[in-house]
Amino acid sequence: MAAGVTTEYDWRKNMITKRIIPCLDVKDGRVVKGVNFKDLNDVSSPVELAKYYSGCGADELVFYDITASAEGRRLFTDILCETARQVFIPLTVGGGINTVADFDRVLKCGADKVSVNSGAIRNPGLIDEAAKLYGDQCVVLSADVALIDGVYRVFAKGGRENTGMEAISWIRECVDRGAGEVVVNSIDTDGVKQGFDIPMLRAVLDAVNVPVIASGGAGGIGDFLDLFDQVPDIDAGLAASIFHFGEVSIADLKQKMAEHGVPARIV
Amino acid sequence: MLAIIDYGVGNLFSLKSSLDAIGVEAAVTSDEAVIAAADQVILPGVGAFADAARKLRDTGMADLVKREAAAGKPILGICLGMQLLLEKSFEYGEHEGLGLIPGSVRPIADVIPAGYKIPHIGWNAITFPRDGEAGEVSPLFAKIKEGSYVYFVHSYYATDCAPNTIAVTEYGAPLTAAVASGNVFGCQFHPEKSGEIGLNILRAFCEMKAEV
Repeated sequence: MAAGVTTEYDWRKNMITKRIIPCLDVKDGRVVKGVNFKDLNDVSSPVELAKYYSGCGADELVFYDITASAEGRRLFTDILCETARQVFIPLTVGGGINTVADFDRVLKCGADKVSVNSGAIRNPGLIDEAAKLYGDQCVVLSADVALIDGVYRVFAKGGRENTGMEAISWIRECVDRGAGEVVVNSIDTDGVKQGFDIPMLRAVLDAVNVPVIASGGAGGIGDFLDLFDQVPDIDAGLAASIFHFGEVSIADLKQKMAEHGVPARIV
Repeated sequence: MLAIIDYGVGNLFSLKSSLDAIGVEAAVTSDEAVIAAADQVILPGVGAFADAARKLRDTGMADLVKREAAAGKPILGICLGMQLLLEKSFEYGEHEGLGLIPGSVRPIADVIPAGYKIPHIGWNAITFPRDGEAGEVSPLFAKIKEGSYVYFVHSYYATDCAPNTIAVTEYGAPLTAAVASGNVFGCQFHPEKSGEIGLNILRAFCEMKAEV
C-alpha cells in the first residue's frame, strides 16, 4: 500500500467498483459547466446527456441545480422526473437544498440521494433532520474546500465565500450528524485539469468512515488512475466538462481502469 | 398487472418507471383488491426496519403479503422490503419481520473488517451459491450472468438465510445479496437502479406466474 494509507482497506481484494460520476450542472433546463465556477458554457440537454452517460457505463449521475428563480427550479424538477423515467442508475441531486421540503421535492422525482452544501452551512441541523427522515444513505455532504494559509477552509455559495470554518472538522461533524457520503470538491484544482487534490482527499479519508467522492481537477484518464493509485480508499471520481466536451470517454476510462487493476464496472 | 405495495415508505417513482420501461403495467397501490388481483407483487422499502414493519402491519399489508405468498403468487422484496420478508431484525432493538424466509437482519459493521465503509454503497458483483435453493441458479437471475454488477445501498444485512440465499456479494465479508423461498424472492440491491442488468432481473420476475 502507498505510504500514508492508514486503513486496512485493500480495494484490490474487493469487488466493489470504483465509481465514475459525471456531474451535470443544470440552469434553465440546460447543462452548463464553469471553469473555476465562472464563465459558464452551455453544453447539452440533461436528459439526453444522462441517457448517453448511462449507456457508456457511468455509475451514477449528479444533477446540480444552479438556478436561482422559481421558474428555473420548476424546470429543473421536470427535467429530473423525465431523466428518472428513462435512466436507471442512481441519481444524486444538489443545488438549492435548504429544507427537508427540498429533499422531498427532488426525492419524489426519482432522486436517490440529495447533496447539501450551503444549506447545511447555514443550518447544520438540516443533515440530522433529513437523515432521520430519509436515512443516512440519502444525505450527501458536498463541501467546496480550498487550502488557505496551510489550513483547509470550507467555502459557501458555489465556492465564492470563505466561511472561515476548518474543513476537515466540518466534514467530520456532518458525517456525525448523518451524512452517508461526502463529495470533496477542491476549489484549488477545479477546472485546472492537472489532477485531483490528493493531499486534501487523503486528509478527508483519514477523518471519516463513509464513502468519499473526489471532485475537481480531472483532465484526463491518467488523473483518475493516479487518484485510485494514490488514495486507494477513495470511492469515486466525479467530473463534468471533460466528459461533456468528449475529452474523456467514460467507456475508455472504465477500460483503462480495468487494465490498471482498478475494479470497474464495464457495460 | 403487477402491484407495487404502497405503505408510506420511500419513493416509488424510480421503481414504477423501471417497470414502465420494460413494458410491465404496474400499479402503486395499497388497495387490497388490486393487490389480490395482481400477477406479481413487489414489496419496496427504504429507511428504518421498525418503522416500516409497523406501517406494514398498521396498513394491513403485512397480512395481505403473507396471504398472497401462501397463495403462491410471485413476491419480490427490494432492499428494506427484502429484509422485511425475514424473521427478525436487530436494527435498533429487536423487531419482528414477516417470517416468509428464514433469517435475520444485523448491522454490516458486525461482520466486516475495520476500514470498510458503512453504508455499503455502490456497484458490487453478485455470485450464486451452488448450495442454495435446489442447487441451481434462481429463476430471478435467468436473464443475467453470474458476476454481474448491481447497485447496493445499505448498512444492515441479512444473515442466517442459508439455504435460502440465492446471491452473495463480497464486501470484506460475504453479504447476502438475494434470498428466495419458493415463490417469495428478495434482493438487497436495487434492480431499478442497476441499469440493464437490473431491468433484466425485473423482466425475469415479471415473467413468473403464480404456482397453482
